[in-house]
Amino acid sequence: MNIHEFQAKEILRKYGVPVLEGGIARTPEEAAEVARRLGGTVVVKAQIHAGGRGKGGGVKVVRAPDEAATFARGLLGRALVTHQTGPEGRVVRQVLVEQGCDIARELYLGVVVDRGSGRVAVIASQEGGVEIEEVAARNPDAIHRELLDPLVGLAPFQGRRLAFRLGLPKELTNKAVAFFTGLVRAFHECDASLTEINPLVVTKAGELIALDAKMSVDDNALFRQPAVRAYRDEHEEDPRERAAAKFDLSYIALSGNIGCMVNGAGLAMATMDIVKYAGGEPANFLDVGGGANAEKVREAFRILLSDASVRAIFINIFGGILRCDVFAEGVVAAAREVGLKVPLVVRMEGTNVERGKQILAESGLAIQTAGDMAEGARLAVAAAQRGAGGALR
Amino acid sequence: MSILVDRTTRVIVQGITGATGQFHAKACREYGTQIVGGVTPGKGGTDLEGIPIFDTVEQAVRATGANATCIFVPPPFAADAIMEAADAGLPLAICITEGVPTLDMVRCARFLEGKTTRLIGPNCPGLITPGECKIGIMPGYIHKPGTIGVVSRSGTLTYEAVHQLTKLGIGQSTCVGIGGDPIIGTGFIDVLRLYQDDPGTTGVILIGEIGGTAEEDAAAFIKAHMTKPVAVFIAGQTAPKGKRMGHAGAIIAGGRGTAADKIRAFEAAGVRVAKSPAELGSTMAAALRS
Repeated sequence: MNIHEFQAKEILRKYGVPVLEGGIARTPEEAAEVARRLGGTVVVKAQIHAGGRGKGGGVKVVRAPDEAATFARGLLGRALVTHQTGPEGRVVRQVLVEQGCDIARELYLGVVVDRGSGRVAVIASQEGGVEIEEVAARNPDAIHRELLDPLVGLAPFQGRRLAFRLGLPKELTNKAVAFFTGLVRAFHECDASLTEINPLVVTKAGELIALDAKMSVDDNALFRQPAVRAYRDEHEEDPRERAAAKFDLSYIALSGNIGCMVNGAGLAMATMDIVKYAGGEPANFLDVGGGANAEKVREAFRILLSDASVRAIFINIFGGILRCDVFAEGVVAAAREVGLKVPLVVRMEGTNVERGKQILAESGLAIQTAGDMAEGARLAVAAAQRGAGGALR
Repeated sequence: MSILVDRTTRVIVQGITGATGQFHAKACREYGTQIVGGVTPGKGGTDLEGIPIFDTVEQAVRATGANATCIFVPPPFAADAIMEAADAGLPLAICITEGVPTLDMVRCARFLEGKTTRLIGPNCPGLITPGECKIGIMPGYIHKPGTIGVVSRSGTLTYEAVHQLTKLGIGQSTCVGIGGDPIIGTGFIDVLRLYQDDPGTTGVILIGEIGGTAEEDAAAFIKAHMTKPVAVFIAGQTAPKGKRMGHAGAIIAGGRGTAADKIRAFEAAGVRVAKSPAELGSTMAAALRS
């Protein structure tokens, strides 16, 4: 789960990581009010779950409260397009109004889970304000990495080593170590999967400040993170993905017209791949999981059919724990209840498959069955093409 | 022959009184696996249809002589269950549980350093030596004893591969699901090394997916160390960037971990890559013939 910059900064402040004074505004008047309270030059920053806000026109330095209000008015309620949002952009519902500061240097600091080593890693680079992936591709030697022992966290010597490699002046070493340590503690105690301070700035007055902050939290750990859970912003989530999550279904919207329903994440990805291989485009990723019951199948159907671009549905089930006959009964019940508005192709294999196929055949519903994945994909692609042509509508 | 498990393997089930643990303990026993005990703290002294239950792993190992454990403990307690298994000196721990917090696994991996326990998973279907021993949640009947190893990050996609092999009359030595999480105990390379050294394995199917660089590392290992034919499929060729595809580990982050990169790495290593998941079995068959 991702959280907003201002929320990440609230967390960082608790861990002693220096951030600028600021306040959140949901109206232009509130933006002016915060700017007035802070006084002097302030920065107005759109709050959406996507990077590239500066280049996308979502951040501005302003000198007066009325200017803050004017800029906020232009942002609030409108979609902001950045290179991470896609062409439709994200609607800005709140802006962060922060003090300005005099920047001397911009650095990069990140904390991630390093899959290769199975450790948490702190990553730093002298090139702040640039995406770290870009630095990694262009100049990998410019990236410094410290792997953490989970029993120790960030050892002070590791913090000093990073500070020296970042070329920070000696008198800032202790402040830097405290900064890094606070960030690592926040990461661990919030069950983060990623925390990025980009840029981490050194001000002309010699202070280290987290000018921006990005934080993603491990979904698997949200059960023990009630404070972070409260930061969930449903506006930032796809409504179908949200509906799916309520029924423990894993759904991701894509741009094609063949709705896919599969059990297991690997098979679900492979099903998208085979649809593409057969000349079609998948409309979604949908994993109903191993313990799918009739209710889950019904909800999965609803979600697939709520996507107006879906012209055919391809169900690909390998029944292991999930028995094919139970699944088939779920499909028939769901199709009757929700209504089968587009062609349905079912490929089933595994436990009780013959009984499952019989249930589908006896249902009287227009369901095409396929002998294997490849045939299923071909039938679904053909059905979607006919459907798109209007013959079946 | 086989790797990791065979008919002599003595298995306990941690979390045996939960609905999932109970169901699969019985299914594994029906397949022929020696399920010699179970562990549920507080239920020691009782039994599940004749399978004795213990309060701790240590007691279970002492009483039954178990040398493997299958873990069905719920996510918040799963890492602790793995550590308890390692503390009891079990050589093999298979964690089926999906949804274990990543930082729990970071601590757990550190705890396992220097211990003799091999961890498979978490978030995996388990492993099976057909006709001898099934430890996990896979449907046993699709398997056929033989000489092909199958190693995969996925569950149902592995069943698909096994099913295709069996339909072609090609049996399997041991099938291992290594799990779909970012941090897992045993990786592709560990299993490939075991297959290479196993006289009972003549070829390997490797099923990878987007996210991380485990497949790229496996490709380099195959090129340097494998003499047996390997066939590969990578799931997620159509996956969008930055989205987690069901598995916690299946995400293309910062342009890294794409299926295209992984396929290139295998092809550069001279490994046959199935273009479609429907061609898993036939690609293996072709690799065996060449």
